[in-house]
Amino acid sequence: MRAVCWYGKYDVRLFDVPEPKILNPRDAIVKVSSTAICGSDLHLYDGYIPTMEKGDILGHEFMGEVVELGSGVTSLKVGDRVVVPFAIACGRCFFCKRHLWSACDNSNPNARLAETLYGYSGSGLFGYSHMMGGYAGGQAEFVRVPFADIGPIKVPQDIEDERVLFLSDIFPTGYMAAENCDIQAGDTVAVWGCGPVGQFAIKSAYLLGAERVIAIDDAPERLRMAAKEGGAETLNFADTDIFEKLKEMTGGIGPDACIDAVGLEAHGASLDALYDRAKTALYLATDRAHALRQAIHACRKGGTVSVPGVYGGFLDKFPFGAAFAKGLTLKMGQTHVHNYTRPLLERIQKNEIDPSFVITHRLSLNDAPFGYETFKNKEDDCIKIVMKP
Amino acid sequence: MSSSLGELSAPSPSSLKKEANQVNIGKIERIGSAVAGGTLAALGLSRRSTGGLMLSLLGASLLYRGVSGHCECYRALGINTKGSRTKDDEKARDVHIEKSIMIDRAPEELYRFWRQLENLPRFMKHLESVTTLSDERSHWVANTVAGKKVEWDAEIYNEKENELIAWRSLPGSDVTNAGSVRFKAAPGHRGTIVQVTLNYNAPGGKVGAFLAKVVGQEPRQLIDEDLRRLKQIMEAGEVATVHGQTSARGEEARPFVTRKEHKKASMTPASELGSERASSQVA
Repeated sequence: MRAVCWYGKYDVRLFDVPEPKILNPRDAIVKVSSTAICGSDLHLYDGYIPTMEKGDILGHEFMGEVVELGSGVTSLKVGDRVVVPFAIACGRCFFCKRHLWSACDNSNPNARLAETLYGYSGSGLFGYSHMMGGYAGGQAEFVRVPFADIGPIKVPQDIEDERVLFLSDIFPTGYMAAENCDIQAGDTVAVWGCGPVGQFAIKSAYLLGAERVIAIDDAPERLRMAAKEGGAETLNFADTDIFEKLKEMTGGIGPDACIDAVGLEAHGASLDALYDRAKTALYLATDRAHALRQAIHACRKGGTVSVPGVYGGFLDKFPFGAAFAKGLTLKMGQTHVHNYTRPLLERIQKNEIDPSFVITHRLSLNDAPFGYETFKNKEDDCIKIVMKP
Repeated sequence: MSSSLGELSAPSPSSLKKEANQVNIGKIERIGSAVAGGTLAALGLSRRSTGGLMLSLLGASLLYRGVSGHCECYRALGINTKGSRTKDDEKARDVHIEKSIMIDRAPEELYRFWRQLENLPRFMKHLESVTTLSDERSHWVANTVAGKKVEWDAEIYNEKENELIAWRSLPGSDVTNAGSVRFKAAPGHRGTIVQVTLNYNAPGGKVGAFLAKVVGQEPRQLIDEDLRRLKQIMEAGEVATVHGQTSARGEEARPFVTRKEHKKASMTPASELGSERASSQVA
């Protein structure tokens, strides 16, 4: 079968590889009908995530048809159409029982690697480094899905792929980011980063009752989408003093909640951003945290900073004093996707939202290397790429 | 056991302190770091601007890293480019390991599983088989790293139903080894805390060689992984694995080239490839 493989920094290649096999009783094999490139795949593409190996199959946003089941899966049938959460969860451990699915204790075969770095390991993830389990991803014709009785959500045959595909990651991720803001009537939410997760955070903030959403980015096409599709007010950080502007827009109080939908590869032209660039280039720090610093700085006293953006290692110049002085609540982490698939599918079926609005590019799986390059360079106003095998 | 027990158990506070300043950067990297740091610092200072100050600070930290041979980032990440273990590691003769893990199952269930000694190789990777000979006695076969087998007989010498199982090798074994496992109900209905103790000792310092042969260099890590597998079997019903999955590393994998690409690669300059393909998108 064809599969999109990581081959090194800025190097993604298409390979003909053997088809996946059932390895455990609770496995399923899914024939992929649609798969997407995620912003967090770019962290792999850019070489920021350790423990990737040449030849790893990429992809954690995918859906398709069940074609084979292990003996332990009774909740699915061959022929079922499913969307698969990017986090792999056993459903039976301490964490799964508390609905902290992405903290599952039993799904990462390489937990020791993650423990070295983080103290404890999160769940296994599809196509996201060996530290996170080394599972082959879904940018392929077929994919093996472990614990298939827990993760995959069945979707009706009459709903198009594009409307439900993003239940695998970015819609729940944006939604959880907004939910973490504990939005109250009258709240203003500021969102840093108008990539796909930012776009869903904006929509979700409104769905959860925000009065105003202010979107921050420097890519005009992303700001346009945030305004047109999301109904957000927009700020371009290239020509705006974000802190001053947010303060002014909120009558001097600051946004009630700030969402960092950027993560570890923030860019910017301020002094701290250049300092981050120098330090990460020399391997003295691993993550660039410009957006997060600004979000913490701008957030109102007693407010919440919610971080769906991915961070991997060490932050420098983290304004902990500001967070402390203002009594901020910080919420973050990999999305507990399983909590959101069902309620968000219902919202889609009730036409409260059509997630396909983020799609700008539709490619064949064969064009994945071109897709990564285009997405990376934000060429051709690229925001979200969906591929068909 | 003797005072040497501590050598492979948890690091003492003093050894942690030592680690905080330990040299963990290799020689060449140290020189490189110091030279680059010095250059940056000098360059930064000569600029007399805020940017220059940042640059010199950065240079100074690199310089410090080079001169001291210690990198905080490496320490936190557990990286050591200096190599070579200390001699203390190799001197250990008797080995005593204690590990515990919380498993979301009742003590009785875990006790029953463990007491059926034939189950042990399902999560203890170095064991090939355990055969029950009588209620107390059993025969153990372990694989060595080199591929040879090591065998011994053992007996259960202490046991309390649903709480404790303790075993030891019988006289005549090359290496004396003993172990025990306790099952205690965890607070708040969180299942059971499983506490495992393993002791290996042998006259003449053979234990180091035995352990190295049978379980590799890191016995603590091995039991860690064993208990993790036990937890997975008991909670999830299977051991999470990617062993045997597909990738582009296998012998059968080969680069996939579309016919379209073949043609284009030979006929079209690379710069035009992108736009041509972009226009082929299904809008």
